[in-house]
Formats: sequence, structure tokens, C-alpha cells
Amino acid sequence: MGCLACAALMLDRGGVTLYRKESSPIPVEADSICPDRFLGRGPAEIAALPAFYGRRRVTLGDLFEVEGAGADNITVSGDLRHVKKIGLGMSMGRITVTGDVGPHLGAYMSGGEISAEGTAGDWVGAHMKGGRIVVQGDAGHFVGAAYPGETRGVTGGTIVVGGKVGGEVGARMRRGLIVVLGDTGEFAGAHMIAGSILVFGRLGARPGAGMKRGTIVAFGDAPDLLPTFRYACRFQPAFLRFHLRRLGESGLSIDSEPADGHFRRYLGDMNELGKGEILVRDQPQ
Amino acid sequence: MRINGVEIEDTFAEAFEMWGARLIITAHNERWALTAAQAATGFATSIIGCGCEAGTNDLPADERTPDGRPGVAALFFTTSRQNMEAQLLQRVGQGVMTSPTSACYNGLDAGDTIKVGGKLRFFGDGFQSSKLLDGRRLWRVPVMDGEFVVEENFGVSKAVGGGNFFIMAEDLEAALAAAEAAVTAMRAVPGVIMPFPGGIVRSGSKVSSRYKGQHVSSNTPYCPTIRPLVESALPDGVEAVLEIVIDGLEEEAVGEAMRVGVGASCLPGVVRITAGNYGGSLGRYQFHLRDLVDA
Repeated sequence: MGCLACAALMLDRGGVTLYRKESSPIPVEADSICPDRFLGRGPAEIAALPAFYGRRRVTLGDLFEVEGAGADNITVSGDLRHVKKIGLGMSMGRITVTGDVGPHLGAYMSGGEISAEGTAGDWVGAHMKGGRIVVQGDAGHFVGAAYPGETRGVTGGTIVVGGKVGGEVGARMRRGLIVVLGDTGEFAGAHMIAGSILVFGRLGARPGAGMKRGTIVAFGDAPDLLPTFRYACRFQPAFLRFHLRRLGESGLSIDSEPADGHFRRYLGDMNELGKGEILVRDQPQ
Repeated sequence: MRINGVEIEDTFAEAFEMWGARLIITAHNERWALTAAQAATGFATSIIGCGCEAGTNDLPADERTPDGRPGVAALFFTTSRQNMEAQLLQRVGQGVMTSPTSACYNGLDAGDTIKVGGKLRFFGDGFQSSKLLDGRRLWRVPVMDGEFVVEENFGVSKAVGGGNFFIMAEDLEAALAAAEAAVTAMRAVPGVIMPFPGGIVRSGSKVSSRYKGQHVSSNTPYCPTIRPLVESALPDGVEAVLEIVIDGLEEEAVGEAMRVGVGASCLPGVVRITAGNYGGSLGRYQFHLRDLVDA
């Protein structure tokens, strides 16, 4: 199976660099790390932007060494495992995270690109509207999902995870594309309204529970489907070939060959509208 | 000026502004891609009676089809943007969607677009679905062999129609051999079509008629069988004339196709190469034969 192009490694990492000063298990809310917030600000002004260290209000400068200027290319380094909400609501520019990063990466983003070179926590790209997030490693639960109480999750954009993800990837997504090169947890695409989830590893149990429309593709082993999904046909979906080739052209070295095979189409969830589809690829003999 | 002893007349082809579209039609194999494209571009020889001019074009070696399957390009030319939408709806709907395993994508990156798949989708009777990726929406229409995939919008742009040249030969065999050689060579030029049957037209026309209500009629000055009855344009020794008409998405492509075609048609038995024009007063584009072959 294909691997992710490490586009970030080829970048000129000019722009603003933030380096985490210390390692700490105390959660940090850093939604100020966002190109839109950095626009027109120099290093000192960026360092003065607010953040939360636990429940204490601090500034980015208290937590990070800030160097450089320019809003459209931000690099964040150091121990970020407990740093939340990087790129929250961003609409432009690029953020590169060089290590593992905490939850809510790129939630509500509408444009630009985030590249995480390590793993990412839960809620990557929650409620995303546009742009692209690429996580080289694993990601947690609820990738591209809707927050509790919300009826719609992702409404646009692309999320690519190079490793495995947890449960409920793409839950309640309305539009957009999520690509997982590894395995997924249970309930992928739960209550999905539309959009596409492509899984190259093993699709976890009970995918598409409650889905109305949308597409879940299992390129790997056949998943355990709910009884409310019904077999329709075995066919070769041309749109999938188009999808994978476009992804390849956009700089992600995702192998398009798996889309060329035959797929078994299951429709469901019949407890809902029943117009959702799970495509299960025939495995080569 | 002569090439291989063939006189290149000091004249020009007069061409007109049209609207062009380029579709990429794919299928399970080359045979069915071509079948679908030929069905869609059939009966589209002349804007006069067909509503559009259309033809197929091999894909350049460096261009892959959007879904990676075998495919061909189909080019369409109309006199107005509105006509293009009507023609594509009919021709994609009846010629491509009906053809087994086919899919149809936009092949022209243009600022202006017309909705085709976005209207054909209603054939799905409520079971159609769409996929949006990077601003391109594909419609998936359920059909009996699986699903027909068609792009929502197709690019349209101003184009060039009516590039032409005439092959005057000492007999029909020589004229036909020269025209066939020209068309074969011109098919390698991307972005152009020769819309007439096999790329060649024998019934060239003039824009007048002695009959009321008839706007065009046979190009009598070039018809050998009535030479003594009209003010003939045929030099002595010319017994047959064939014409090649070229439409292209860009002026440069039409010029290149004419250059290639004129060069390839200068074969034994050909007396003169000339071109059709209206004195330069009607068309926006002029392609001077000698300038082209000198280039």
C-alpha cells in the first residue's frame, strides 16, 4: 500500500517558528497558533497572543520560543503531545508540526494546509470546512467527526492519515474526504450524511452505522458489516479511480492501483435513508 | 511557391470565431471509448445542418485520462455558448451515457463552464449521487451495467472554426490519396478536428444560391463537371478537388494543422493547393498558405 509523501520535509521552513520550551503533561490550548492570527504580527506580537496552560491564562511567548515573521508558513516543534487546537479555524497558509501533536488539530479549519509529521490526538479536523490536513503517523478517535451535540461534522476539505485511527472517524460528516492508510477503529462513518472515507488498512467493525448517504471504501480486508447493510452488486467504480488519481496529482503518493479492481457494493444503513454505500474491494488471490 | 512540384497558391483560408469544448471519454477498453466518442460526435460534419461540428482527437502521450482508463478526446464546436449546452446535453446523453462502461469528463480548463452532468443526473431518478473533489463534481448515475460517471460542468471557450485548404489534383485518385495523407498527418496535432467524413469534404459550399430560402449551395467554381457552364476556378489539368476543413480550440493549433496538412498533401498528381475565403471581410482569422508552409 502507498505511503504518504513527506511534503513537509521538502519545504523551505521559513516563516514563523515556534519551539516548545518545556515538556509537560499539563494540557495547553494554543488556538492562537494559526496563520490567520499571525497575519500582520511580528515575533513580539505573536509571543503576546493568548494561550491556556491548564486553566491558567498565559501567552504563546510563555510556552514557546518565537522566531521569524510571516503568517503563511508556521513551523511548530518540541513536545506538543498535550498541545491542543493548533490551527483551529485557520483559513489560509500552512502549519508544519514536526513531532507528535495533541487533540483538535485543525478543527473548524476552512483553508490552507496542516502537516503533522508525527502522530495526532483525537478530533483531528473536527468540523473541517476546507483545506487539507496530513498526519504522517497515527491519529486518535473522532478524526473529522462532529463534536457531541452537533448534527454535522466535516463539510469540506481533505484529511489524510498515514497510520491508523481510532473510532468514529468521519462521524456525521456532510462532505469532504478522509483517507486512512492504516486501520480504523469501530463505527467509521457513523451517522454519515455524505462525503467519502477511504480506508486502506482494515476497516473496523460496524462501519456506517446510521449513515444516510456517503461512501466508505474498504481497500483492505472485508469488514464486519451491520445487518442493516444489503448487498447490491460487484462492479468497478470509475469515480474511485478518479478520486485516487486526483489525490496522487495533489502531491500525495497514494497508489491508485487499488481503485482499479472490483468492489462489492453494500447499501445502508437501512435503518436510515439507505443511500449510503460501503465498497469492499475484492482481495487479489 | 512549390512543394514537391505542387503549386501553393498565394491566398488564405478565412476562419471564424466559434465556441469550443473538449470532453475526455473513457471506457473499459479503447474500443468502447472510441465507440462512445464516435457516437457523440457523429452527424456533426457542418454547422449548417448538424447544429455543431465535432470529432475525436487522440490524447497527447503525456495526458492521462482522469480515471486512468483508456480514453479519447472529443471536440465540439458551435456558434454560440447556448448551442453548446444544448448539443452536449443531447450528445453526451444519447451518445456517451448509452455506451457500455463509458464515463465522461471535462477536458478543457476554461474560465467559462456549462452544466452538462448537472442536468443529465436527473436520469438517475433520485438514485444519482455525486462526489466533489478539488472543486470538480462528478455525478454517478445508476445504469444497467453499473454507473455512468459524468462531470457536472464542462469548460467552454472561444475557438476557431473553418480553417481549410483545397487539394486540386489531376484525377480523383490523386486527390483522395493526398487528402488521406493530409488527414493522417493532421490527426497528430492536438486540439483540432477535421469534422467531415474521414476528415475530408467533397461538397464544398458557397454562401449564395439562386433559390429563394437556400442560403448555401455547391461551390460551383470548383466543380469539374460543370466547368464550361460557370466561371470556373479550376486550372487546366485539374479534374478533382477535395477540401479539408479544420476546427481548433486555438488559432495556433489550426495553423499548425494546416501547415502539416498542406505539407503532407503535396504528393504526385496534385496540381495546386489553395484555400477558401470571402475576401477577408467575414472571418476574424486568416491563415495564409505560404506563410504557414514557410514557417
